[in-house]
Amino acid sequence: MQVVEENKVVKDRAKQVYKEGFVTDIEAFTIPPGLDEDTIRLISSKKDEPAWLLDYRLDAFRKWQKMPTPNWAKLKIPEIDFQAISYYSSPHAANANAPKSLDEVDPKLLETYDKLGVPLHERERLAGVAVDAVFDSVSVGTTFKAELEKVGVIFSSFSEAVHDHPELIQKYLGTVVPAQDNYFAALNAAVFSDGSFVYIPKGVRCPMELSTYFRINAINTGQFERTLIVAEDGASVSYLEGCTAPMRDENQLHAAVVELIAMDDAKIKYSTVQNWYPGDEDGKGGIYNFVTKRGNCQGKNSKISWTQVETGSAITWKYPSCILRGDNSSGEFYSVALTNNHQQADTGTKMIHLGKNTKSTVISKGISVGKSQNAYRGLVRVAKKADNARNFTQCDSLLIGKSCAAHTFPYTESANMTAKLEHEATTSKISEDQLNYCLQRGITEEDAISLIVDGFCKQVFKELPMEFAVEAKALLDISLEGAIG
Amino acid sequence: MLKVDNVFAKAGEKEILKGLSLTVKPGEVHAIMGPNGSGKSTFGNLLAGMPYVTPQSGSVEYMGKDLLSLEPAERAAEGVFLAFQYPVEIPGVNNMYFLRTALNAQRKYRGEEPMDSAQFLRMVKQKIKDLNMRDDLLKRPVNVGFSGGEKKRNEVFQMGVLEPKLAILDETDSGLDIDALKIVADGVNHLRSPDRSFIIITHYQRLLDYIKPDYVHVLADGKIAKTGDKSLAFELEEQGYGWLNK
Ligand SMILES: Nc1ncnc2c1ncn2[C@@H]1O[C@H](COP(=O)(O)OP(=O)(O)OP(=O)(O)O)[C@@H](O)[C@H]1O
Ligand SMILES: [Mg+2]
Repeated sequence: MQVVEENKVVKDRAKQVYKEGFVTDIEAFTIPPGLDEDTIRLISSKKDEPAWLLDYRLDAFRKWQKMPTPNWAKLKIPEIDFQAISYYSSPHAANANAPKSLDEVDPKLLETYDKLGVPLHERERLAGVAVDAVFDSVSVGTTFKAELEKVGVIFSSFSEAVHDHPELIQKYLGTVVPAQDNYFAALNAAVFSDGSFVYIPKGVRCPMELSTYFRINAINTGQFERTLIVAEDGASVSYLEGCTAPMRDENQLHAAVVELIAMDDAKIKYSTVQNWYPGDEDGKGGIYNFVTKRGNCQGKNSKISWTQVETGSAITWKYPSCILRGDNSSGEFYSVALTNNHQQADTGTKMIHLGKNTKSTVISKGISVGKSQNAYRGLVRVAKKADNARNFTQCDSLLIGKSCAAHTFPYTESANMTAKLEHEATTSKISEDQLNYCLQRGITEEDAISLIVDGFCKQVFKELPMEFAVEAKALLDISLEGAIG
Repeated sequence: MLKVDNVFAKAGEKEILKGLSLTVKPGEVHAIMGPNGSGKSTFGNLLAGMPYVTPQSGSVEYMGKDLLSLEPAERAAEGVFLAFQYPVEIPGVNNMYFLRTALNAQRKYRGEEPMDSAQFLRMVKQKIKDLNMRDDLLKRPVNVGFSGGEKKRNEVFQMGVLEPKLAILDETDSGLDIDALKIVADGVNHLRSPDRSFIIITHYQRLLDYIKPDYVHVLADGKIAKTGDKSLAFELEEQGYGWLNK
């Protein structure tokens, strides 16, 4: 009894801060916890997948079984019991393989997305933004599909794409992040459930923002989504993902894989606003966010740009990377990672320069509050043939409070004499002087901190699409609540 | 307006103000001069409520309120403005946005409606004209990369927009070329009014050629050592502070 009482108090308190923490009460089909080959066969059959995909999964699973659990570097992570997790949960209403018209979607699901500020209904949906909504293991619907099809853009859930465009999936799946790439990428390749697929044909500029909204709802369930974006010669697209989960006392696992492929002159801009439940102020609960994101600048003059605002998750472990294969290609990484309470973030990027005249820019802003740990880990590698490669890296850390910490680990490896690599790093505290200056002008302490932090993040926020920059700022403000004292 | 009575205060761990008393009536301009380290900035910071100054005893009454019991932001909203000797840089925060945030925070405290960006812009344009300034600094982040003189000019501009009742200018004239000095002085003169008072901390009587003070005080050893009119400033400039001790 006591325990229940206590949980409620903890939740009520945390709720003031994490407003996406509600649970949708919906009937779901959930595979019992546990992981073996039969689990994978079951997932695959639930999704009515072709044999080649099942083989791909099983192959990945066998590789995963042989892999050692990763070495966590700066992170403190309790051992994860992979047999205690359920690997597939689907709300009944969203039958994975039925053609999805939004009219058929359970109103409870639509309501959930309404509450999250992502209305899917025709009349209310966000202007100029097409949304694929993923709920636990399946996509519940995609907006603006028909409009996009008119210009040849494919934007659908991954499962649908497997059925509708198997040749494209088979051609590109795992080409940027191979199944054996790392422990969590292998796990994802074995059990991935849904996600989004985007294909922009030659010469097409995608006429609207594309976005996927990921929602974990079911208890004890992992989310393993897979995103694949292909931009053909001269194509361009801007894509955004957002993520939230209910507040639960148990930790939940999210292990995603994102692969981007940009051909000659193609541009892909990938933005993330990550707000998975971070756990309560005592460090209980929260999402483990282990994500492998990688873009392949395959073609000449191609460009891939990652922008991320990471405020959620108990533990974040991700290094969105660019492989700059095409000559003159460029990669960018703009990141704001805020950690509060007991959150841990270990994030950064890898820029691998293979082609000539390749260019990369890294701007990382880490904000640590409370007892949190925030690390930037970056690798810039220049291959032998990559003449005239350029990198500029800037890592700034801002500390708020006395018990938090920031760490910066920039690694560079250059095998070409012509490479020019620049690195700048700063660590600062919100200075008393800045705060006092604001106070003297009449700005309250809370607003002053938010103002100073917002200024600190400006370089990154300006990379986000307008609507999301506003959302990102609001998110930071919420995450900063209680930062002073 | 302001009644400082026998105030003792520490800056950090050090006893700096030792029995300071000063009365300022509405509309008056008081100049405070004094040797380096005598406690002039400490006094300004005390009035503004900056946390590194801790009052030990004595009282400060401001517009009928116990000033020392108010939070720094409350004092600002009650009309206390301090132009800092060393204005702080805030990277990434647009000067205009900063100023609007400040103004609206003060308005909110006073129960007034916030100004939207269009209203604010109109007001700012008018102020630029009134204060004979340029808008070149407004689009940049607060004080970042400003020259010393530009920072001081920005302080005066903020004062103009926030329209305080009691403005404390801490060496706002230091490091200014003659044109900038005039702009700053004109700004202050433009804002002078029967219900607005100024405390002007300075080392140079030159400023007082432009801003005519009602009183000139010498702060030495933590208290007002001498009070006079503008001629006191001349004497100080000629003879230094040494003769005061005799
Ligand atoms: N935060 C602090 N901690 C310790 N000592 C301080 C602090 N602030 C000021 N002081 C000391 O208090 C004394 C008075 O400083 P204050 O800045 O008030 O002088 P001032 O009269 O404004 O001098 P100046 O003409 O050089 O500006 C100085 O000795 C200074 O070093
Ligand atoms: Mg001083």
